[in-house]
Amino acid sequence: MHIIESGNVAAALGVQLAEAAVIAAYPITPQTPLTEKLSELVDAGEMKAQYIPVESEHSALAVCIAASSTGSRTFTATSANGLLYMTEQLNWAAGARLPIVMCVVNRGIGAPWTVWNDHQDAVSQRDTGWIQLYACDHQQIVDSVIKAFALAETVSIPVMVCYDGYILSHTYMPFELPDPEQVRTFLPDFSPQYALDPLCPKNLNTVTLPDIRPDIRNETAPGYMEIRHNLHTDMRKSLGILEDIEKRFETVFGRGGDPFIEPYRTDDAQYVAICMGSLSYHLRDVIDKLREEGVSVGVAGLRVYRPFPDKAVAEAFSGKKGLIVFEKALSYGYQGAMFADIKAALYGCSDRPFVKNYILGLGGREIKTTELAGALRDSCHPGSESADASEWIGLKM
Amino acid sequence: MTTKTTVLNLTEEEFVHPGNRACSGCGLSIIYRTALKALGRDTILVVPPSCLTVLQGLYPIAATQLPCLNVTFASTAAAATGVLGALRAQGRKHTTVAAWAGDGGTADIGLQALSGACERGEDFIFFCYDNEAYMNTGVQRSGTTPRHVLTTTTPVSGKPQKSKDVPAIMAAHGLDYIATASASYPIDLYDKTVKAKTFSGPRYFHIHTPCPAGWGFPANLSVKIGRLAVETGLFDLYEIERGRFCLTGKSARMIGKKRPPVADYFKTQARFKMLSDAHIEAVQQEVDEKWERYEKAGVPADQ
Repeated sequence: MHIIESGNVAAALGVQLAEAAVIAAYPITPQTPLTEKLSELVDAGEMKAQYIPVESEHSALAVCIAASSTGSRTFTATSANGLLYMTEQLNWAAGARLPIVMCVVNRGIGAPWTVWNDHQDAVSQRDTGWIQLYACDHQQIVDSVIKAFALAETVSIPVMVCYDGYILSHTYMPFELPDPEQVRTFLPDFSPQYALDPLCPKNLNTVTLPDIRPDIRNETAPGYMEIRHNLHTDMRKSLGILEDIEKRFETVFGRGGDPFIEPYRTDDAQYVAICMGSLSYHLRDVIDKLREEGVSVGVAGLRVYRPFPDKAVAEAFSGKKGLIVFEKALSYGYQGAMFADIKAALYGCSDRPFVKNYILGLGGREIKTTELAGALRDSCHPGSESADASEWIGLKM
Repeated sequence: MTTKTTVLNLTEEEFVHPGNRACSGCGLSIIYRTALKALGRDTILVVPPSCLTVLQGLYPIAATQLPCLNVTFASTAAAATGVLGALRAQGRKHTTVAAWAGDGGTADIGLQALSGACERGEDFIFFCYDNEAYMNTGVQRSGTTPRHVLTTTTPVSGKPQKSKDVPAIMAAHGLDYIATASASYPIDLYDKTVKAKTFSGPRYFHIHTPCPAGWGFPANLSVKIGRLAVETGLFDLYEIERGRFCLTGKSARMIGKKRPPVADYFKTQARFKMLSDAHIEAVQQEVDEKWERYEKAGVPADQ
């Protein structure tokens, strides 16, 4: 069914189609219309789920952690400081290997207060052990939510579906609403690896020693380090699983693509702009204009940030002359986090492009097409790699 | 109760293994063992970091036979909410969800989540075992540490502030069942736990839990010291059932009787050694006034 709705409603409808059984959320701008929609769907009986209006984001994820540990499919959503308030729980959910799905409606973080979009919230939670997917439009939001449950439940790792606050969350776009029967085919019922059950009692997340230790049957159980190594190994494996899920999604729904990098006019381009989220679609207009001017440039949208698709990045950009990384976040005191990650991924390539970094759009600072075009004109020629620090676009003082 | 519960007719089924990692003389090991007998096998436990985490042992060995979810410090009541949400979603409505937190995990870092869960009317039993400081991390002051008590963060002159009355905070949430209990009166705790299971919605227990290591007394005196706290009128056993306050057990039997002086309790523990005679006299006066109020108001007693 083709419908026109906001990005937040697209996410809510994805959660409804995925039949999440326990939803917990705390209001924060610009996530609120998503959870309002879910509460409405549950209250109206259009969705069979427990909607739990908790008193904080920390508790929202606590509810999801516990409900997932009890064997139910769970969902929450947040933004900005709400995500930061969850940080302890984010790490806990990943360490406990719980397939929770959360939408992060990207917003800048305080202080000072801002309610507008950038990516600092999700990027700052890069190392929590969550998979991070980024959507570029409403279709990708609804599809990603459904794919996220499939991925999370296959690898037992929680997944964030990130999309830009206001730019996507509060704008209306047409998109194809997946058919419920097809979703059921694609996403089977949740069958947890373990669940709290008095008939089969287990003590979950107990204190774990630095070393391995035998259990009462004298079988060796992992120590903390093995448990964390398993999380890392399975995170790396989830890149391959994500590819399989993307293919399966395409088979069932007839749409899909590269799950790691979404290219636009990159095949014959000598230079490529790369970024996450809706900015990559914004950049398409700039690319078209620059192509008319004869600048050999394309744009790539990075669709998964953790696990980092390093091989895909190396393969896609090896042989290009330059890669220009646009970021709505940065690692304070160094450079854009994605910029550093991309450089690391390219380090082993013999024919690697130079990589350049632009920081832009923090706290919702308007990103002008003219500024993007200017930055690319400055960057898409030999010799422009001399800049060794991140440059900022749109600073006015 | 039709039959009076005694140690002779208490269920023989044990849910806490002997030889666990609790310190000798630990009040928690008494109440955990007893209350779990009353909760029964169809129970899911939720536990934040606390002495109980230690009692339950190190992975992959656990001292508790019931399913248990260990959760972050601040999230106990929210996690209990999540277990309940999943049980409802799955139609598993018969299982009891019981949260067990220390005084720090209840009165301090866990209070927001507990308040939220109580306001939402979540159907769980929350047990606060109050050993009156952060014992698991080495006896730091908490919101329920009494005034003048020496802890490792009030090490010279004692804690300047009064303790927080958590049952009163819970009562302000309009809970149907609130009870206090003491590790020295385990049968009272057992009966109250059985009774709590007949209610729905949030139910709260505040349990006075002597701690030899943290309070500074020999491990063989735990029960005696817990009893002294009740007998001197410092810690009262009561229930608040649908808003109705009622002294119970030993405390109910103390109405109209002479109580030993509070000094008898204070002199048994090293943590009180900074209490001056004037401090003790002030506490005695507070306790006397409280009991005068009980007697004047004709507080109903269930015995």
